[in-house]
Amino acid sequence: MATVRRRRPKWGKYFVHLSVLVIVIVWTAPTFGILVSSFRDRDQLAVSGWWTALTTSEQNIVDRAAPPSDAKEDAGKYVITGNVLHGTGYVTAFGVRIQNPTEFKAGETADLPGDQGTLTINRDGSYSLVTDKVPEGKNGRRIYYTAALPPEFTLQNYEKVLTSEGIGQSFINSLTVTVPATIIPILIAAYAAYALAWMRFPMRALILSVIVGLLVVPLQMSLIPLLKLYNDVGAFFGVPAKTYLGIWLAHTGFGLPLAIYLLRNYIAGLPNEVMESARIDGATDFEIFVRIVLPLSVPALASFAIFQFLWVWNDLLVAIVFLGNTEQQLVLTGRLRELLGSRGGDWEILTASAFVSIMVPLAVFFSLQRYLVRGLLAGSVKGG
Amino acid sequence: MAAQLFGALVTVIIGVAAAAIYFYAANKILDIILPPRGPAEQAARNQKIAATIRPWLFLGPAILFLGLYLVYPVVDSIRLSFYGRSGVDFVGFSNYRWAASDRQFRESIFNNILWLVFVPAASTFFGLVIAYLTDRIWWGNIAKSLVFMPMAISFIGASVIWKFIYDYRGEGSTQIGLLNAIVEALGGTPQAWITIPFWNNFFLMVILIWIQTGFAMVILSAALRGIPEETIEAAVIDGAKGWHIFFYIMIPQIWGTIAVVWTTITITVLKVFDIVLAMTNGQWNTEVLANLMYDWMFRGGGDFGRGATIAVVIMLAVVPIMIWNIRRLNAEARG
Repeated sequence: MATVRRRRPKWGKYFVHLSVLVIVIVWTAPTFGILVSSFRDRDQLAVSGWWTALTTSEQNIVDRAAPPSDAKEDAGKYVITGNVLHGTGYVTAFGVRIQNPTEFKAGETADLPGDQGTLTINRDGSYSLVTDKVPEGKNGRRIYYTAALPPEFTLQNYEKVLTSEGIGQSFINSLTVTVPATIIPILIAAYAAYALAWMRFPMRALILSVIVGLLVVPLQMSLIPLLKLYNDVGAFFGVPAKTYLGIWLAHTGFGLPLAIYLLRNYIAGLPNEVMESARIDGATDFEIFVRIVLPLSVPALASFAIFQFLWVWNDLLVAIVFLGNTEQQLVLTGRLRELLGSRGGDWEILTASAFVSIMVPLAVFFSLQRYLVRGLLAGSVKGG
Repeated sequence: MAAQLFGALVTVIIGVAAAAIYFYAANKILDIILPPRGPAEQAARNQKIAATIRPWLFLGPAILFLGLYLVYPVVDSIRLSFYGRSGVDFVGFSNYRWAASDRQFRESIFNNILWLVFVPAASTFFGLVIAYLTDRIWWGNIAKSLVFMPMAISFIGASVIWKFIYDYRGEGSTQIGLLNAIVEALGGTPQAWITIPFWNNFFLMVILIWIQTGFAMVILSAALRGIPEETIEAAVIDGAKGWHIFFYIMIPQIWGTIAVVWTTITITVLKVFDIVLAMTNGQWNTEVLANLMYDWMFRGGGDFGRGATIAVVIMLAVVPIMIWNIRRLNAEARG
């Protein structure tokens, strides 16, 4: 009996370990896949899954031999030589017709169709094309071969997206949007939160209810009226309607309900004695706020700042409505969406771009997770 | 580039300084106009008036922003839903009549209901199970952190990640999408998953479930830990086994939190837009309200009336949750 009791929970324990392991793999594999892919060679990425990134991949390649002008005469025949591989790997098979690109094994000699001569490709990639007559034409002959290439990792994809695909500029644009849109709401919210938590005035409960209500108002409700308003203001003052200032203010407005709500919950929980003794010492509300409330609220301010940062950085909707899609205004999420349309199948571009865009939030996430969790708990368990 | 970032930093400084100066100056001016000094009677009166004005100084900027960016637009969206495409001529209920008979709108409603049923249910379920399991092992916190990670990824980034998983190559070529590779390895036929009507909705939902499960897990994990030890001990003494304890003792004690998680995810689902835009843009019968609304906002120069109508419909779905939240807040305030 005793042994049975000891064993059962043990099996259960293995089961728990195994289930969690499977869950963790399922949850991380997708992200890991694009991380690995973003470092792979473009040609390998296109023909093999990222999970085979560490193994040798076989590729069917179409290439051209050196041009006829390179031909050298040798014992009455004309020979063109060269190497199809660029340094690494080996050739397994080749062919002379597109219909059958793996007709011959490496090292065999193939007769060219139409009695034009012979072609040999060796395992190391060296080839010789031998013809009886002087070869003509400008371009080299097409040759088909299968090469086994060792895994190749490269930073080229990143170099390419950062420069020629505009991800570098978009990164700056995203940063330009995010930093002010994160910091500006904090101070405004902190003052309001203090008033709602520690000052007595009529309609306080009503205002708090309205703020809790506004927490869940869908962004979609705000878009059209604000777009109209921005267009009108732009037309009235003769300035562009789509500006960074516009999106900073919009994000400030949209972020305020959560900011006020989170901060109010926190500030309301500060010890009453501290406030009272400061008041007795003759401190005004303004002084209490600046000297006591703000310093004590740093953890809550940090929680909100992380939320707002992640939300603004990851936002697409507000950015595409209130900012233009010019080079100077397109943010990372918007750029990623454009690339999905224009570079649909070029996974080396998409994976590298996606990784650049998620790198910053992931860094924030892993370094400041503690504050994020605290903020989430304060925002949803305690109410609202 | 540098100039742009510099501009942003200057804005931060100006913004913060303006806010600080506003609050400082407003309080100072209040003290000058109504000094809490002088004859006792006057000082007391001044102080009283100042005390009624001061909260509004603190709240002022926030109320201004909330009013301009949230309250006014809600009212104006409702108004615009009764107006034509440019928001000038009154058209009564014709936008709503149009919506009721529009094929795309009906399709969106149907799909939104699918999303509303499955995404909160699946995210909450997985979140709860993962929270329960990870609390039982020594590397639980690492596991949690990894499951939570997708929360930091944008919807559009997640869409790229999953589009890569669903990638489809014609038959005969090597599948580089994980899903098709697995299907092929198991002997099935690779498919272009996101183009299969009806079922493609579920392939899009997986993305949101992948993101939201971490959120559900974090909140529910805290709730599970908050359950008093005694209730579980009592159950163990009464002979209850692992899963029985979980379902009959623990879950009933965290119903409130489950409801909060469920409704929070419901709100996110109602607003889902980026995923559909990036994956299919509503093709192959995957349209949802938020994407349809965006589409009408700009389609053919933009139809503000119909766009606003769709926004109002989304809003109507949120209202019950809004009322429930406010009631909970008030109940809490009363103690």
